[in-house]
Amino acid sequence: MTEPRGVDPVTPVLTKRWLSPKSWRLSTYEQLEGYTALRKALAGTPEQLVQLVKDSGLRGRGGAGFPAGVKWSFMPPNEDKPHYLVINADEGEPGTCKDIPLMMADPHSLIEGCIIASYAMRSHHCFIYVRGEALHCIRRLNSAVREAYAAGYLGANILDSGFDLDITVHAGAGAYICGEETALLDSLEGRRGQPRLKPPFPAAAGLYAAPTTVNNVETIASVPFIVNGGSDWFRTMGSEKSPGPKIFSISGHVEKPGQYEAPLGTTLRELLELAGGMKDGIPLKFWTPGGSSTPLFTAEHLDVPLDFEGAAAAGSMLGTTAVQVFNETVSVPWAVMKWTQFYEHESCGKCTPCREGTYWLAQILERMVEGKGTETDIETLLDICDNVLGRSFCALGDGAVSPITSGIQYFRDEFLALCDENAKPAMELAGAH
Amino acid sequence: MTSSDGQTGGSASQPEVSAGQTYGGSIVGGGDTFVATEAEPSVADMSTEVVSDEKLERLTVDTTPDLSIFANIVGQSQALIAKYPQSRSALLPLLHLVQSVEGYVSQAGIHFCAEQLNLSAAEVSAVATFYTMYKRKPCGEHLVSVCTNTLCAVLGGDAIYKKLQEHLGEDGKPLGHEQTAGEPGTPGSITLEHAECLAACDLGPVLQVNYEFYDNQTVDSAVELVDALRRGEKPAPTRGAALTDFKSVERQLAGLFDNDLAESEVDGPSAAVETLRGAQLAADRGWTAPAMPDEVALPEVEKK
Repeated sequence: MTEPRGVDPVTPVLTKRWLSPKSWRLSTYEQLEGYTALRKALAGTPEQLVQLVKDSGLRGRGGAGFPAGVKWSFMPPNEDKPHYLVINADEGEPGTCKDIPLMMADPHSLIEGCIIASYAMRSHHCFIYVRGEALHCIRRLNSAVREAYAAGYLGANILDSGFDLDITVHAGAGAYICGEETALLDSLEGRRGQPRLKPPFPAAAGLYAAPTTVNNVETIASVPFIVNGGSDWFRTMGSEKSPGPKIFSISGHVEKPGQYEAPLGTTLRELLELAGGMKDGIPLKFWTPGGSSTPLFTAEHLDVPLDFEGAAAAGSMLGTTAVQVFNETVSVPWAVMKWTQFYEHESCGKCTPCREGTYWLAQILERMVEGKGTETDIETLLDICDNVLGRSFCALGDGAVSPITSGIQYFRDEFLALCDENAKPAMELAGAH
Repeated sequence: MTSSDGQTGGSASQPEVSAGQTYGGSIVGGGDTFVATEAEPSVADMSTEVVSDEKLERLTVDTTPDLSIFANIVGQSQALIAKYPQSRSALLPLLHLVQSVEGYVSQAGIHFCAEQLNLSAAEVSAVATFYTMYKRKPCGEHLVSVCTNTLCAVLGGDAIYKKLQEHLGEDGKPLGHEQTAGEPGTPGSITLEHAECLAACDLGPVLQVNYEFYDNQTVDSAVELVDALRRGEKPAPTRGAALTDFKSVERQLAGLFDNDLAESEVDGPSAAVETLRGAQLAADRGWTAPAMPDEVALPEVEKK
């Protein structure tokens, strides 16, 4: 194993074309190595590509971190039924804002990745399910797909390889739950976006009950670079188990919020340095490593390596590397209440723990923030969380309790203070000699 | 296929529960129950009001609304359906399309989609009511969506939303979520909503008008923006194409691009300073990803 040596703090790979004028146009893309990986991939076999992605250690960038090559290898080798590749571009996890800028700035990298991945998984129809509110992305993607068809990168007999592929850009209609892969498939089938029971997993019975792989935008956009650079090159960045560069989206109370592509394993301390430090010098209070569904971190966690293992070992999750930074002026119970209201709104209603749990959690937190908390509220919150976590149909329920349990874990006093009003009479009585 | 034959139905074998006791020995809800404390309503208490003929007809006669307003989009609907291996997949696009005609998904819109896809109106209704982007009341010329999720809210999103509610309200009554200032559909009318995270957190607080981004807003800039909209102006978004109206963008969300994706539209601004910060910093400092090897072969795998 070679020690990654002398890797720069910012490593633009996915973001390297973004500074070019009209980076979203095919002409720009082709001048910057665009579609060279596709030619190389089509000269190889699907098995070689699956092996390459396995070797690279690329892990899903949508939050769960599942090894992409392993996921691809679950697709059956035969073509008894049509195979589908579905791109999850339904970005909506609070704090997460990497896929939308990527699709706006460099849609062809996603499309090239889609063609290579489809070839590797023997799919001839790929769907890009884009969040409906991301209208400008939808325009750019539709335009890029048209350019790709016109240039012979899509359609029948791509680059004389004998491989056929169609891509359909599909707009969602406003439902966070459709970021869950099986809910997304139901939505793409024209139904309410509600998650399905697994198994069967999508590779066995996904879209139209046919073998399907659902991958995140950033995951698939990484593939052309891996094809061109090889797995060893990809592994020069990041750590052994979490290789590669990653787009860190830094938002909130920092001087220079934005998109910073850095090797996995970069710490918040390093990211803050890139982002010009805390805004107006007001100290850090809490932050999310990867969206609101990942348990909160505090100033104690400045040096946690932000890769899949590092974040988990410190009690959270890497998620989508949506780093939301909050300073000392922000009340934790209030922030937790706002996030809980979000989960309550977005709970699809299919399973009882999540539907009812988020409803009651939001009401208790609203009462607490109003200063009308009761002494037992914290215990009640934790009890409800215990009944939602791991008992819900999909990960939305698990995500919903993350801010609450971690918020209480690190900032219990703040929650307690909101119950003081109600606790007072009892305390006065106890102290009345 | 599994069969439920042989399974005992819940109602047949329901255990007896007397008032004041619950399953499993829990004391929660162990007090007097509703059944125990409330007397059965007597028949005499019930309303004997006669249902009017008009109401009776509405409730009992199956009527299909007039769909003539959608005559022009039948061909387009069929073209959208043809994009998918199975027709029902076109339902979300079709709902966007009917919304582009009427500015909301009306009962007639539901029936139109059902007819095009061979579904029941109930099946379409179930879908239309699930997604927040399908509006069930007529919308204004513009839809203004203010992000009030935690991060934007901290940075000023809550204050912006509250101010717009007051500013667009009438007679001292703030405008509510998904309510419209002005006559829906008329020039300058605005539907206001609070939105969940709009995936532009580095640019917060953000709002959207007809799903075009207006980044880094303040209370004042947002008020200025809606005032301009009410005057019939169309201020340029920070990121997105030139502002049109809610109905026009719904056609694009359906997947229809009338001007064949004009360059001016596709090329509308997107490269915010924030978006490019990391790439720019690397360029300024001479930072790069490690160089790729000149040529690297795909891995060898065993032939199967």
